Amino acid sequence: MNIPILSSLIFLPTIGAIFIFFSRSKNEKYNSSKYVALFITIANFFLSIYLWLIFDQSTSDFQFVETREWIPGFINYKVGVDGISILFIILTTFITPICVLSVNKTIKSRLKDFLISILLLETLMIGVFCSLDLVIFYLFFEGGLIPMFLIIGIWGGERRVYSAFKFFLFTLLGSVLMLVAIISIYWLTGTTDVEKLYEIGIDAKYQNLLWLAFFSSFAVKTPMWPVHTWLPDAHVEAPTAGSVILAAILLKMAGYGFIRFSIGLFPIGSEYFVPLVFILSLIAIIYTSLVALMQEDMKKLIAYSSVAHMGFVTLGIFTLTQQGLEGSIFQMVSHGLVSAALFLCVGVVYERMHTRLIKDYGGLVSIMPKYAIVFMIFALGSLSLPGTSGFIGEFLILMGAFKKNFLVATVASVGVILGAAYILWLYKRVIFGKIKNQEVTKMLDLNKYEILILWSLAVPIIFFGFYPEPLINTIEVSINNLIDMYNSNLSNNIVMSK
Amino acid sequence: MNIDLNLILPEIFLSLSIMSLLMIGVFKKKSSNLIFNLSILTLFILAALILNLSSVNKILIFNNSYVIDDVANFMKILTAITAIFVLSISTDFLKSLKIYQIEYPILILCSILGMMVMISSNDLIVFYIGLELQSLALYVLAAFNRDNVLSSESGLKYFVLSALSSGLLLYGCSLIYGFTGSTNFNEIANNTNQVPYGLTFGIVFILVGLAFKISAVPFHMWAPDVYQGSPTSVTLFFALVPKIAAICVFIRFLYVPFVNMIEQWQMIIIFISIASMIFGAVAAIGQKNLKRLIAYSSIGHMGYSLAGIATGSSEGAQSIIIYITIYVIMNLALFCCLFMLKRNNEYFENIEDLSGLSKNHPILSLSLLIILFSLAGIPPLAGFFAKFYIFMAVIEQSMFFLAIIGLLSTVVAAFYYLRIIKIIYFDPSKEKYDSSHSLGLRISLIVSTIFLVFYFTYPNSLLGIISKINII
Repeated sequence: MNIPILSSLIFLPTIGAIFIFFSRSKNEKYNSSKYVALFITIANFFLSIYLWLIFDQSTSDFQFVETREWIPGFINYKVGVDGISILFIILTTFITPICVLSVNKTIKSRLKDFLISILLLETLMIGVFCSLDLVIFYLFFEGGLIPMFLIIGIWGGERRVYSAFKFFLFTLLGSVLMLVAIISIYWLTGTTDVEKLYEIGIDAKYQNLLWLAFFSSFAVKTPMWPVHTWLPDAHVEAPTAGSVILAAILLKMAGYGFIRFSIGLFPIGSEYFVPLVFILSLIAIIYTSLVALMQEDMKKLIAYSSVAHMGFVTLGIFTLTQQGLEGSIFQMVSHGLVSAALFLCVGVVYERMHTRLIKDYGGLVSIMPKYAIVFMIFALGSLSLPGTSGFIGEFLILMGAFKKNFLVATVASVGVILGAAYILWLYKRVIFGKIKNQEVTKMLDLNKYEILILWSLAVPIIFFGFYPEPLINTIEVSINNLIDMYNSNLSNNIVMSK
Repeated sequence: MNIDLNLILPEIFLSLSIMSLLMIGVFKKKSSNLIFNLSILTLFILAALILNLSSVNKILIFNNSYVIDDVANFMKILTAITAIFVLSISTDFLKSLKIYQIEYPILILCSILGMMVMISSNDLIVFYIGLELQSLALYVLAAFNRDNVLSSESGLKYFVLSALSSGLLLYGCSLIYGFTGSTNFNEIANNTNQVPYGLTFGIVFILVGLAFKISAVPFHMWAPDVYQGSPTSVTLFFALVPKIAAICVFIRFLYVPFVNMIEQWQMIIIFISIASMIFGAVAAIGQKNLKRLIAYSSIGHMGYSLAGIATGSSEGAQSIIIYITIYVIMNLALFCCLFMLKRNNEYFENIEDLSGLSKNHPILSLSLLIILFSLAGIPPLAGFFAKFYIFMAVIEQSMFFLAIIGLLSTVVAAFYYLRIIKIIYFDPSKEKYDSSHSLGLRISLIVSTIFLVFYFTYPNSLLGIISKINII
C-alpha cells in the first residue's frame, strides 16, 4: 500500500480549511461551509476507522510509517502509529465532527472563521498523535495554541480575553523548556527521531533534567496541580465546541506525551520522579474534587472534574504497570467522550437559558425528560459506574496503583467517592428538585440535532463499558513492549552503575 | 597591481547610478517619479550583478582590505532586495506626506552603497568609511520630513548620538591599530597571540559602536524616539536595512580578527544579548504607538541574533543570517500593514487604531495575525524557525542559561504581540480604512505573508543556500 494514509488523515482537514477560506458565500446565515466542514471531518473519521481496521494489533512496531526528508541531514518528517496513538487519533476524528455539528446555534458570528480554526486544530491534533520526530511533534503541539487562542478569544464569553491570554501564556511557558530539551537531545544523540532514540537511549545523567523539561510542558497541558488554574478559566469562557475540543482532545495530548516521551525516552528520569507525580496527582484528585463540589457554575464544575480525572490518568501512567497504563489510556478515551458530552449538555441548557449557574436550574426532569436521560448516562459515566467506560479506566488505574503503593491507591479511591459526590449533587440540583425558576418551564426538550449528537456520544460510553476488548486489544501489545523496554532500560542502568 | 574590476562592479555601478540619477534629478523638472522608478531599476540590476559574482570563491582585493565572499554576496543581495521592497511600498506614503522628492531614493542608494562597503570590509578604515557613508545618509533621511517637529528632532537626536558612537568606534579602531600595528583584519588576527589590555578596550569600544547601530541594550535609547519621529517609510528602512549590514560586520569583526579572543568578547555579547532580549520584551508591553512598539520589538530581535553571535561557532553565524533574513521579511510585512492603515490620506500608527480591524478588513487582519504570531515565534510560522536555529546553535555550545533566558523572554514578548491580536480580533470595530492600495504594497504583503506561512513546508529553501556559506 503506497497511499500515505497518515498524511492524508493529518492534512485532509487543512485542505477543507483552505477550501472554506476561499469559498465566498454572500449570505452569512445559510452558508454551506458548515456542510463542507462536516463532510471533511466525517470523511476523516471513516478514514481513521479504516486505519484501525487494517491496523495490525499483533505487533508493537510503528505502522504506516512515512518518512520524508524535511531539513536534510537534520530532521525528517516522520509519522507513524502504534496501538497507543491510534486510539487518540480515532478519538480526535470522532469528536471533531461532533463539534462541527454543535456549532449550529452557539456560534453567531464569523462561522466560517470558526470552522477554519476547528479544522486546522484537527490537523494539528492528529499530527501530535502521529509524529515520530520530536521537532515535528513540537510543531504540532505548539501550533495548536494559535487556533485555540482564537476560539476562546473571539467566540468566548465575557472574560474571554483574560482566559485566552492565560491559556496561551501558561502553555507557551511550559513548552519553551521542552524546546530546550528537544534541542539538547539532538546535540546529545544526533537525532530527534523517536524510534531511533528508543534504540539508542539517552545518557542516564541527563535524564532527570530532560524529564523535568518535558514534564513542565505536559504538566501545564494535562493540567496538573498547581498549574491547572488556566483550565477552569479557559473552559468557562470558551464556546461549547471549544470546551469540548479542549477537554476531550487537547488535554489528552499531554497524557499521550507522558507515555510516548517521558516514559519512553527517559525511563530513569521517570523512575526517579514517580513520587513527585504521585503526590501531584493525589493532590489534584482530592483537592480539585473538593473544589468542584463548591462550584456554582456548571462548566467550572466540569472543568475541575477534568483536572481530577486527569489526575487519575497521570497516576495510572506513572504506576508503570500494565494495568495502570492501559487504564490511563482507557480513562483518557473515556474522559474524552464523557467530558465532551457533559460540556455539550451544559451547552444545551445554556443556549436556552443563557446562564450556567446551577441555582438557576432545578426540576428539569419534568420539562426536559429526554435531556435528563442522556445527562444521567454521562453523569454516571463521569463517576465511573460499572457498565460505563469510565469504570474500566479507573478500575484498571487503581489496580495498577495498588500493585505499586497501597497508600497512594487508598487515597485515590477516596477521590472516586468525591467524584461521585460532586457529579451526583450537580445532577440532583439541576435535574431534580422543585422548579424554582419559572423561566425553566419555557425550555424545550432536545431537538433532533442534539439527540443525534448526545446519543452518538452515549452509545460508545456504554458499549465500551460492557465490552472494552477492542480498545484493550489495540493497546495491549504496545503497552507490553513499552514496559519491557522501560524495565530493561532500568536494569541496564543499574548494571552499568554497579 | 592588477585588480579585476569586475569584482567590484556592483559598487562601481551603484556609485555611477547615484551620480547620474542626481544629475537627472537636478536638471529635469518634476522627475521624482522617474527617479523612484530608476532607483528601483538600479537596485534590480545591482542584485543581478551581485548574483553574477556568486560563483566567486573568497577573494581579497585592494591590499586585502576588501573581501568578496559568500557571506558578503548573500548579505548584499538581501540588502538590495529589501531596499527594492522598501522603495516600492513607500511611494504612496511619501506622496501623501508631500515629501515625494528626488533626494529620498538617492539618499537611500547612498546609504546602501555605504552598507555594501561595510559588508565587504576587511579593514578597519574601509569599514569606518562604509559606516559613515550609510550613517550620513540616514541622518538626513530621519529628518526628511523637515516641517515636522518630531521628524527634525529624531534626525538631530540620531545624529548626535550616532556621532558619539562613531567617535567611540573610531577610538576603538585606533586602540586596536596601536596594539596590533595594523588595520587589516587578517593581520590583526595574526597579531593577537598575546592579549594586551589595550586591545580588549579597543574591542569593547568597537562593540559599543556596533551595538549602537543595531540598537542593542544598553545603547538603544535613540531607537524608540527615532522610530516614532521619522516618517514611517524611513522607519521601515531604519528597522531593516542597516541591521543587515551591521550584523554582517558584527560577524566579520568578531569571527575574523578576534576569533582567538573569544573569552574576551563572549561575555560582553552574552550580556548585551540577554539585556536586549529581556528589555525588548518588557518595555514593549506598555507601548501605545505601533512604531515605538516595533522599535522595542526590534531591540528584542537583535538580542536573539546576538545570542547566535555569542556562540562563536559557524553554526551560530549561519543561524544569525537565517534569523536576520526572516526578521527582515516579517518586519517588511508588518510595515506593509502599517501603510494600509490609511483613511482620507491620513495614516494611523497607534495600537488603538487597530481596534476591531477584523470586522472590516478580514484579509489585512489575517495577515497581521500571521505576522504577529510569527514575530512571537509560534510554530509552524517562519519566525519560529528563525529562533529555532539560533537556539540550536546556542545549545550546541551548552549555553543553557542563555537559551532558557531567551526562550522565557519570548514568552513575555508573546504577551504584547497577543495584545495587538486581541485588539484586532476581540475588540469592537472602528471606522473603515481605505481599501484601495497600490499594487506594490499589496504584492509585498501577500508575498511576505505567504512566505511566513509556508516556510515550514520547505525550510530547506533558505537553509540550503545559507548552509553552503563558508563563514570564516
